[in-house]
Amino acid sequence: MTTTEPTPDTEVEAPLPDPNAVQITINGRPHTARKGQLLIDAAADAGEYIPRFCYHERMTPVGKCRMCLVEADSGRGPAVTVSCMVPVSPDMKVETESPTTKRMQEGILELLLANHPLDCPVCDKGGECPLQDQAFSHGPGESRYIEEKRHYEKPIPISDLVLLDRERCILCDRCTRFADEVAGDPLIHFNSRGNNTHITTFPDEPFSSYFSGNTVQICPVGALTAKPYRFKARPWDLSQQESTCTTCSVGCRTVVQSSRDELLRYMGVDSDPVNHGWMCDRGRFNFEQVKSEQRVLQPLVRRGDELQPVSWNDALATAAGLIRDAIASGGANSVGIIGGARGSNEDAFAWARLGRDVIGTANLYAQMGDGMPAALLGESSATIDDAANATTIVLLGPDLKEELPVLHLRLRDAASKRRSRIIEFAPRESGLTPYAWKHVGYEPGHQAAAVQQTMAEADVAAQLAKGNVVIVVGRANLAESTAATIAAFNEVRAAAPGATVLNTFRRGNVVGALRMGMRPAEGGLDTRGMLQAAADGKIGCLVLLGADPLADFPDADLARRGMAGARSVIAVDTFLTASSQGADVVLAASAYAEKHGTHTNLEGRVTTLAREVTPAGSTRADWMIAAELALALGADLLFGTEAELTAMIADNVPGYDGVSVASAAGDGVLTPAATDLGTLDIPLPAVAERNAYDFRLVVSRVLYDQAVGTANSPSIAHLARPSVVHLHPLDLERVGTTDGNQVKVSSTRTSVRFTAVADASVRRGTAWVPFNQQGPDVAELIDCFAAVNDVRIETI
Amino acid sequence: MSRLNEANTLLAKEIIGRYPKARSATIPLLHLSQQQNGYVTNEAIAHVAELVGATPAEVMGTATFYEMFKFQPVGKYLVNICGTMSCQLLGADELMHHAEQTLGVKAGGTTADGMFTLEHAECQAACTEAPNLQVNYRHCHRMTNESFDQLIDDLRAGRLDGDIPPHGTLARVRQTIPADKAAGVASPDAPVTPEWMPEATS
Amino acid sequence: MSSYPWAAGFIDDGDRPKIVTSRFSLDDGYTIERYHATGGYEGLKAALRRTPAEVHEEVKNATVLGRGGAGFPAGTKWGLMPPGKFPRYLVVNGDESEPGTYKDRLLMERDPHQLIEGCLIAAYAAGLSQVFLYIRGEMPLAHERVGMALNEAYAAGYIGRNILGTKFSVDIVLHWGAGAYVVGEETALIESLEGKRGEPRLKPPFFPAAIGLYGQPTIVNNVETLSNLPWIAVNGAAAYTAIGTATSPGTRMVAVSGHVNRPGVYEIVNGTTTFRDLFYGEEFCQGIRNGNELKAFVPGGGSAPWFTPDQLDLPFEGRLVGAAGSMLGSGAIMVMDHTTDIPKAALTLTHFYAAESCGQCTPCREGGTWLERVLQRVVDGRGSKADLDQLLEIGESICPGNFPHAASSKLGIEATPFPYKMTTICFVGPSAYAPVHSALTLFREEFEAKIVERKHIPVSVGAPDDHH
Ligand SMILES: Cc1cc2nc3c(=O)[nH]c(=O)nc-3n(C[C@H](O)[C@H](O)[C@H](O)COP(=O)(O)O)c2cc1C
Ligand code: SF4
Ligand code: FES
Repeated sequence: MTTTEPTPDTEVEAPLPDPNAVQITINGRPHTARKGQLLIDAAADAGEYIPRFCYHERMTPVGKCRMCLVEADSGRGPAVTVSCMVPVSPDMKVETESPTTKRMQEGILELLLANHPLDCPVCDKGGECPLQDQAFSHGPGESRYIEEKRHYEKPIPISDLVLLDRERCILCDRCTRFADEVAGDPLIHFNSRGNNTHITTFPDEPFSSYFSGNTVQICPVGALTAKPYRFKARPWDLSQQESTCTTCSVGCRTVVQSSRDELLRYMGVDSDPVNHGWMCDRGRFNFEQVKSEQRVLQPLVRRGDELQPVSWNDALATAAGLIRDAIASGGANSVGIIGGARGSNEDAFAWARLGRDVIGTANLYAQMGDGMPAALLGESSATIDDAANATTIVLLGPDLKEELPVLHLRLRDAASKRRSRIIEFAPRESGLTPYAWKHVGYEPGHQAAAVQQTMAEADVAAQLAKGNVVIVVGRANLAESTAATIAAFNEVRAAAPGATVLNTFRRGNVVGALRMGMRPAEGGLDTRGMLQAAADGKIGCLVLLGADPLADFPDADLARRGMAGARSVIAVDTFLTASSQGADVVLAASAYAEKHGTHTNLEGRVTTLAREVTPAGSTRADWMIAAELALALGADLLFGTEAELTAMIADNVPGYDGVSVASAAGDGVLTPAATDLGTLDIPLPAVAERNAYDFRLVVSRVLYDQAVGTANSPSIAHLARPSVVHLHPLDLERVGTTDGNQVKVSSTRTSVRFTAVADASVRRGTAWVPFNQQGPDVAELIDCFAAVNDVRIETI
Repeated sequence: MSRLNEANTLLAKEIIGRYPKARSATIPLLHLSQQQNGYVTNEAIAHVAELVGATPAEVMGTATFYEMFKFQPVGKYLVNICGTMSCQLLGADELMHHAEQTLGVKAGGTTADGMFTLEHAECQAACTEAPNLQVNYRHCHRMTNESFDQLIDDLRAGRLDGDIPPHGTLARVRQTIPADKAAGVASPDAPVTPEWMPEATS
Repeated sequence: MSSYPWAAGFIDDGDRPKIVTSRFSLDDGYTIERYHATGGYEGLKAALRRTPAEVHEEVKNATVLGRGGAGFPAGTKWGLMPPGKFPRYLVVNGDESEPGTYKDRLLMERDPHQLIEGCLIAAYAAGLSQVFLYIRGEMPLAHERVGMALNEAYAAGYIGRNILGTKFSVDIVLHWGAGAYVVGEETALIESLEGKRGEPRLKPPFFPAAIGLYGQPTIVNNVETLSNLPWIAVNGAAAYTAIGTATSPGTRMVAVSGHVNRPGVYEIVNGTTTFRDLFYGEEFCQGIRNGNELKAFVPGGGSAPWFTPDQLDLPFEGRLVGAAGSMLGSGAIMVMDHTTDIPKAALTLTHFYAAESCGQCTPCREGGTWLERVLQRVVDGRGSKADLDQLLEIGESICPGNFPHAASSKLGIEATPFPYKMTTICFVGPSAYAPVHSALTLFREEFEAKIVERKHIPVSVGAPDDHH
């Protein structure tokens, strides 16, 4: 019979059963859950919030607090079920409100409150406390417990930033799980047993994690508090907006919170493609810089060797004058604009437009000689998620833990959960080395060879053959040209043709700035070129857009000569930095959280920036300064608001079409890789063999340095360590000294005295010096034109 | 001194070698350090952490979970009087009271001469021989006030040195796995099908 | 050795079948010489002559009920491991610390080779690549005897590579605990063996047989359970099931302690021996001390709800005892005569479980201590009637719904059978409540007798005429 045969039509119309759908019943209502989904999440989808304390979506469930118990019937009658541990099963009948469930919830809450102090009125968490809230929504609100409560010494510091009040702790295992599972720093732990169980650190080994602030955010009570926020405000008089952290280019989603127009706290927001709710402590606590006493609050103009406050009109007129003079005497290209990576897309676009369309210079650049060729952006085709789900991750860049901390967390997670295998090429061991499947150390200059060799190994070839490879590439060493790394990158490319690429350009909005046009126009110069030209007297006016070459440019000598050689310097800045101190005009700029706009993270994701407080003093947003400077130069950039700018970007910048503040909200909009940024065929310069007595210099950044944001945030400023040279213990012997002694480090440039420390993570024959730390300046030793920098090290 | 000494560090490494994962040796190594020092010092915890590849915080978390590890010096003899049901039914409370009188310390205290630390303990798996106590975990059964005083005298006089080593030393006979005979650890990271199972051939 | 009898308590008279205690009366039963002389390692040899599957089948047919407390048949448990997944481990549970339990220590001190042989048979049958013998820390003599025996067995070629010239290779590693009752719970045992805090893991979703030590399939068996295997390997399942009953075959070791004339450890016929036999039988305890009256008894370790003389004629059979409102657990029987202070006895047990809580789940950590504090108040005569209801309220938070208890002719109440609901991960939490519930249900008047209703004294101090 043909009637049983389905006709093509019915085949098309027949609803395809979803293999991942699981039919369950929650409180009598049918619900379709996902296969393997935890009961507690399925219930949430169905609109039934099951109370919980230990459960956290981003960590392994442990089922300890017992708050999420419900009655569930999987065929054998209603059973007490831990909804945070048990996945849904077909036809499961769940009761989140049955008398038994309610009695259990009340019981657990009463027991939790038994030993919990009643100090909510003086507790930071009061008003945003899951225990407080659920005690009222699901419990008796108080406990009949009249015995004496547990007593512990009131808050004890467990790190420089976090305090622990063990009396408030309900032992939910969130902070400890975070430290172990997410951060990989299991330095806080349960101690003792039963009723005496408490959290603590090992004596003299504090919870010194770059991610400690997250534990404060996920603590379901007020047990963990952050020093920078303690007693500052009550949740109910906080106002907040979603924004993006611009401390580095990962672009973690955050909420910025303020009270009475004072910035008080940043909190991580769970953006699935980006930060999973986490932040690093530098990004979390550097809000202090915004309200720093040191801020430049109004425009300044140099009178003799004094910078004096003036009106905006005078400042803008003076600045415009300096630019006109420069153009008059040396042509448009004698104006150079450096920076723009610290602002919004709108700021960068406005300045690029001013530079290119009004001034007409080809010399603009958002990087400080510490990045990679902008053309690398043209290769960047992978997202953070792609990398975190790759079969193989090839690392050919900086220590992510130090430079892009939350990207480090995402990749660490990928490796430790065995999703991905990491092949790391690095001049020294990094934060990811312990999780790497293969760590290949190389001597700067030889990375291409190292890659070639490794890729030839059978097991590596087999691993790459599995496909789904992501190359994470960036600047691992400031004391060498980028050429060798690009060559190595091309080797990886050759070995894994299908691989996609994630760049690790570091500064907050550097990718946005470059794509907005803060990059050399036809025949223009990059930062190194501009500084050289300035040193040669070819720059009439150097504009520093939140840039500080004297601190950030790897070659101190060139930076100094460039700044001195430029006939005039205009600084647009929030602080008086080493460089802006020497400017002729300082245009006081508004800071993060003082202006709206959009941001582009390292993967090309555009998200929103919120203005949560009014700009300090008479400061103005960079884009506004550009517009006004344009007017002073007799031109109209044709925008008057951020919104108009955002629209203009959408109309003009390749890949940004359709991007608006609305569409960039939440997880944001992923823009395609820029294709208009030049090519990567950079000739690999001959690398001289290292003289056996010399050391090859490796210079890279660590999380806490003297960057203005950190230096002007008292809570974290003191975490920056003094500048020292790290040598392998055996090399230290070879030099004839021991850990902690002074040594003389000499390059072709000069000699600098450092304290030497023994560090087994440093490769033999190389010397590692963290960049931009207090004390002796390693940049004095670096020649930024050399392929590599070798130094001699002698005892004193 | 309170890190593991050389001999014990060697022994520690041998013990670690018996487990598929080093961290499994945490408790045996803590015992080793307690045998060496009489109690568990912070330096020893840090050393054990080094050896088993954990952080000191993790090892301390484990150590403090277990009754037998002491973190301050205790007497040469730890006298644990069982107070659980069977012993309590047959006079454990009276025995404890008598012990406190005889030794002149309350439960938890250590005698001035550093000889005895008296503790209240839980079920010692000797319930039919109640009331029980343990001296450095050696059982003493059906205790009476008289036999308690006798025991203390014998210990003081060193008459039991052959039977009861100082606190910290558990078994005086250790397992040794002869290298030439060992089957070897079964690591989860390098799975092998047991040779004698049919799966191995198929 | 010395005037202090290290391992006393075993009582051997009457002619009962002996499966695991046959060497207990020998002074040197723990040496390999004596073990050989008494048929030692014949079971292993017999096993090695057959395929692993055949040996596994034999053990399955013998239905050796787990002796650790849960009473789950060993052979069946071995069958729960995911096929083809290796390595698999055997973890021997020698952490014996359930109040009243005294048998595993004797088995380790008096006949360690029997246990070792049992481990080898299990490893061979179930394809277990490494054995960890976890002995409670507070048992140095057991360590020494098992340690010696292991060394002897390695030397004799019973353990290690290519055992007795076969393809069978396995190491047995002696591991020491450090004092934590909860570690006896099999998943806590595994955590502890991994070098962590002995906190039980939640099961379901995962049982050790599927995901255990280092995430691999793992069999956890009790010392006594494994000690049965050599005899079964020699005599066969049929001979084993010929003893005892269909549902509870073989023998069992029980420790009877408390107010009896002859407390001791006995190997009894499983399933048939009644509590009356045990307490009053000539070959057993020979009656309650000083001819006193039996008031109550705990039939299966401190966590078991209590029985009264009403239950004396129950045989030692898990299902019947469960239906009667308690459990056999670990074969630990504690007897209370009429002089016993019941609230005090309950307090002793509740204190034990509260003190032994691992502390990870709220109801046990907070509830156990709370129960103890209130109970202490009552026992000290500082309690109130409200406290008694409060105790049951706290219990309700640990075990919602009806809690099992025995029937009582005196009170005219029916039994509430096992099992109970619980809000905790493991049984320590409920165990802190069990004695309170039993005592309050069966002997409430004794609690009330301790409650002194204080009469209110009017304040006269400072009153106008202040003369008394
Ligand atoms: C709190 C608790 C303590 C336990 N203590 C022991 C113990 O000391 N020894 C033991 O063999 N089983 C103990 N068990 C039972 C074990 O969890 C497990 O069921 C048993 O060791 C399995 O071995 P079996 O099947 O041979 O009985 C305990 C269980 C619980 C819940
Ligand atoms: S019931 Fe008690 S002992 Fe058992 S897991 Fe929970 S807290 Fe730990
Ligand atoms: S949320 Fe499930 S037990 Fe804590």
